[in-house]
Amino acid sequence: MGVKLLLDKANVPGIRTYDVYRREGGYRAVEKALKEMSTEAIVEEVKKSGLRGRGGAGFPTGMKWSFIAKPEGVPRHLVCNADESEPGTFKDRYLMEFLPHLLIEGLIISSYALGSNDTYIYIRGEYAWIPDILEEAINEAKANGFLGKNILGTGFDCNINVQRGGGAYICGEETALIESLEGKRGNPRIKPPFPAIQGLWMRPTVVNNVETLAAIVPIINIGGDEYAKIGVGKSTGTKLISACGNINKPGVYEIDMTISVEEFIYSDEYCGGIKGGKRLKACIPGGSSVPILPANLLLKTAKGETRYMNYESLSDGGFATGSMLGSGGFIVLDEDQCIVKNTLTLARFYRHESCGQCSPCREGTGWMEKILQKIESGKGEISDIDLLWDIQRKIEGNTICPLGDAASWPVAAAIRHFRDEFEWHVNNPELSQTSNFGLQHYADPIHVPA
Amino acid sequence: MATIFNDTQMTEFKRLVARYPEGKQKSALLPALHLAQESFGGWLSTEALDYVASLLSIEPIEVYEVATFYSMYNLKPVGKFVFEVCQTGPCMISGSDNIIEYIKKTLDIKPGETTKDGLFTLKLVECLGACGYAPMMQVGKIYKEHLTKEKVDSIIAAYRAEAASN
Amino acid sequence: MSEQTLFKVTVDGITIEVPAGTTILQAARQIGGQVAPPAMCYYSKLKGSGGKCRTCLVEVSKGSEKDPRPMPKLVASCRTTVMDGMEVKNITSDKVVDARAGVVEFLLLNHPLDCPICDQAGECHLQDLSFDHGKSKTRFEFQKRTFKKHDLGENIQLHMTRCILCYRCVFTADQLTNKRVHGILDRGDHAEIATHIEKSLDNEFIGNVIDVCPVGALTDKTFRFKNRVWFLKPMDAHRDCPTCSGRVTLWNRGDEVYRVTARKDEWGEIEDTPEGKPGWICNTCRFDKKEASDWVIEGPREISRASVISQGHYAGNVGTTKPTETFKAVNGGRAPHLLMDIHDESEVNQPNVHLGQIHGPSHGDTFNNKNQNA
Repeated sequence: MGVKLLLDKANVPGIRTYDVYRREGGYRAVEKALKEMSTEAIVEEVKKSGLRGRGGAGFPTGMKWSFIAKPEGVPRHLVCNADESEPGTFKDRYLMEFLPHLLIEGLIISSYALGSNDTYIYIRGEYAWIPDILEEAINEAKANGFLGKNILGTGFDCNINVQRGGGAYICGEETALIESLEGKRGNPRIKPPFPAIQGLWMRPTVVNNVETLAAIVPIINIGGDEYAKIGVGKSTGTKLISACGNINKPGVYEIDMTISVEEFIYSDEYCGGIKGGKRLKACIPGGSSVPILPANLLLKTAKGETRYMNYESLSDGGFATGSMLGSGGFIVLDEDQCIVKNTLTLARFYRHESCGQCSPCREGTGWMEKILQKIESGKGEISDIDLLWDIQRKIEGNTICPLGDAASWPVAAAIRHFRDEFEWHVNNPELSQTSNFGLQHYADPIHVPA
Repeated sequence: MATIFNDTQMTEFKRLVARYPEGKQKSALLPALHLAQESFGGWLSTEALDYVASLLSIEPIEVYEVATFYSMYNLKPVGKFVFEVCQTGPCMISGSDNIIEYIKKTLDIKPGETTKDGLFTLKLVECLGACGYAPMMQVGKIYKEHLTKEKVDSIIAAYRAEAASN
Repeated sequence: MSEQTLFKVTVDGITIEVPAGTTILQAARQIGGQVAPPAMCYYSKLKGSGGKCRTCLVEVSKGSEKDPRPMPKLVASCRTTVMDGMEVKNITSDKVVDARAGVVEFLLLNHPLDCPICDQAGECHLQDLSFDHGKSKTRFEFQKRTFKKHDLGENIQLHMTRCILCYRCVFTADQLTNKRVHGILDRGDHAEIATHIEKSLDNEFIGNVIDVCPVGALTDKTFRFKNRVWFLKPMDAHRDCPTCSGRVTLWNRGDEVYRVTARKDEWGEIEDTPEGKPGWICNTCRFDKKEASDWVIEGPREISRASVISQGHYAGNVGTTKPTETFKAVNGGRAPHLLMDIHDESEVNQPNVHLGQIHGPSHGDTFNNKNQNA
C-alpha cells in the first residue's frame, strides 16, 4: 500500500460532513497556517513541497503563487478550477463529491496565502449536483468560524462562492475560465498579460486545480520537506489517477508516483487487469490529449527500462516514444479496440469544444474529424493519413491556447504508433467495417503475474 | 409559460448576483441562465434571454453570445426528460454506441429529436467526466452510470411512471 | 514629457528603434514592405483586436539583450511587445513561412473561392494573403459551411459564408456605438456573426463595419454589384459633416459617385484625420451622399501600384517608355526582399550572356547551342 494523503479518510462514514471531517483531524491545517504561519511561510512550504499543478500542465504551484502581483489597494482572487472536462479525467469530481471539506480547507489556506478575500470555485455545469455538496460544506465551515469574517480571530476575511459553468471544455483553460466567470463566452485570452497580473475583473488572480488545492492541506500538516520525500525526483507527493476503459476496476486511485505502469494496470490494488482476460493494446495515460502509447512502449520505455507512473518516466522518450502524466486520466484500450475509431471520437470532441476564436483550431479540428470519419467509414486514401499528419503539425503550437495542441497530439500519436492500422483501414475498406485490426505486432502484452 | 421569475426564483437570482462585487453583476450570467432554464420549462426562449439581460442590465446580444456558446443551454423546446448520452472515447470503448442505438430504437427518435408524447429528448454529448462509470448519460441534474440495455429500460419506465403520476 | 525609452529591435535583419510598448507588428510596419507581417484580424484602431487569425505569427530568435533565449513557439506579432535587443524573423524564417501557409489554408477551408462574383474582389485582404502566402491547390475535399445572406438594416449586408471571424466588426460596434446588437454566436466552426433575432444595425457609425471587414462578409448594399472596384477611380474628397470628419474616398466612374468609403492607409486601415483621430465616417456620408456636388474633390487617391485597382489609371502609356525610377525608388527606399544572383542559380544565365540574346525558351540546350555557335 502506498502512502495516501488525500484519500486516506475517503472511506470514513460521514466524512462529507463537517463533524466527522473535523473529528478525523480536519481543519488542523487551517489552524496551523492561519495562527502560526505567515503568508510568505506558507508559499515557502508549498515551494519546498515541489507540488506541481494537478490539472495537467504540471507547473510548480509555489512558483505560480509567487508570481501574483500585489498592487496597493487592488483585491486579489483565488479561483479553483473545477471545470474537469478532459476525457478520461474524473478525479476532481471524486474529491468534491466525497471529501468536500478537504477542498474547502485547502482553499482557505491558499486564499490566506494569496490574500484572496473572495474566492471562487468554477465547476463544470454538468456536475450539477456537486455545487450543493460544496455549498453545504462552505456553510458548515462558516458556521464553525473557518470562513466569513475574522477567521479564527486572525483578522482574515474569506468567502468562497461556487459558480457552475455552462458546458464548455475550453473553460478549463485558466483565462477562458476567468472570462466565463465574468459572464462571457469562454474565449481564452491572449497572453500576456497573465492572470497573476490581470486576471478576474483585471485583478491579480491565481487559478489552481481542485486536486492541487486539496494537496495544500497535507503539505501544511506534514511540512513541505516531508511531502517532497514522497514520490520520486520532481514528481513529489501523491497523485490521483482516474482509471477507465477496458479494465476490471475503473475508479480513482491515489498513488505515490513510485509504482510501475504495469503494477498500476495489473495489480488488484489498482486497475485489476484487463477486463475479460483480454490483452492490452494501448493506453492514453494522462487524459485524452496526451499521446496514446502502444502496450510495448507503455510498460517499458524505448530503452527497455520499466516505466513508472510519474511525470518524468511517462514522458521518457519525448513524444517519439513517450507520453505525459497530464491530468491523470488513465484510459486503457484492450485488443478489440479500434485506434482509428478512438482517434475519431477524440477529434470530434476537440472540434466540438474548440471556441472558434483562432483559425488553426477552429478550422483544423473540424478538418481532422472529417478526414478521420472518411478513413473510419472505409473511404479513406493513403494520402489522407499524410494529410492528417500535416494538419495536426500546422495546428500544434500555432494557436492562442493549448486546445490546439490537445487536439493535435492524439492524432499525431495515433499515426506515429499505429500507422499500419490506419493503412489497414484504407486498404481494407469493407473488412474494416465489420472487424478490427486487432493487436498485430504492437507488443507481447500478455501479463505474467509476478 | 411566463418568462418572469416568481418570488422564490427571484430570491435565488438575487443570491446569485450578490456573490460578485459591486458593478460585476454580469458575472452572474451563467448561473442566471441555468436558473431561467430550470424555471421556464427546460429551455431558453428569446424572451427568456431578453429577460435575463434586463435583470442584469446588460445588452441582449451579450446574453445571446453566451447562451449560444455553452452546450447546456437549450435554445429550442425539449422533452420533459433529456437523455444526454456521452459518446466520447472512454465511453465509446466501453460500449456507448450500443446504448445510443438501443435508446434510439426504444424511443424511436434520432439524436436531437423529442418523442411525440413530449417526454423524452435524446442528445449526444461529449465527455461528462464519468469515464470510469461508462457508458453513461445525464438526465437533468443526475448522472445515470454503468448503463446496460436493462438499465435503460428501467430508467425509461421509471420516468414514464413519474410523468404519469404528475 | 519625459524622454521615451527606446528599444532596439531587429526584424529580418533590419534594425530600428521603437518606443517601449510597441508591438512587433507595429515595429515591422515602421520598416515596411514585406517585413511587415500580414494581419487579418488585428486593426490598430480597434482596442483589443488581434491575436486570433494567426497570420502574423513570427519567430522570435532572440528574446532580448537581457534574456537572449529564443521564444519556444511562434508568437502573434500583433499582440507581442518588443524587448530591447529582440531579434525577430518574419519572411526569413522557414517556420513562419510554413505556419503562415497553414493559416492561409485554414482560413480558406470554409471560405468560398468564388472571387469573380464577390464584391470584395480587388480589395480583399484574404485574396492578397492567399496570393502572397497560399498554395494554388486546396486539399480540402468536403463541403464548405454555408449561411444565408442577412440584411443588417437597409444598407449593410452580411454574408456569413465569407466571414473569417476576425471579430473586427464586433469591436467596431463596441467602440464606436453605444449599443451593440450584433455579435459572435455559437462556437467553434459553427460560430457566426449575427444578431440572433433579425435586427437592424442602425447606429450612425455602424457603416464602418464594412470598412474594417477584411473580406466580403459585410458589404455596402448601396454599392453591391454596381461595379467592380478596379473600374472605379478613387478620389479623396471631403464635406462639412456635422457628425464625422467628412474626409472620405469617393469611388467614381466619370462624374458618377458609386461608393463612399473612409480613407485607408497602406495597411488597409482607416487613416487618421489631421487631428490624429481615426477617420471613421458616418452613415450619412457613406450611404446618402452619392452626388459629386455633395463633395469637395481633393484629387486622386494614391493606390499601391501592386493593386489591381491602380491598373489603367496611369495617365501615360505604361510599358512603352522605359521607367526612370529604380526599383528602390518605387519601393520606398528598400531593395527587393528576395535578392539572389541569378547566375548562381542557373548555368543557363552566365554573366557574359545577355538573356536577350537567347532566342526562344532558355533551357540548357538552347544555351549550349548558342555557346557553340558563338
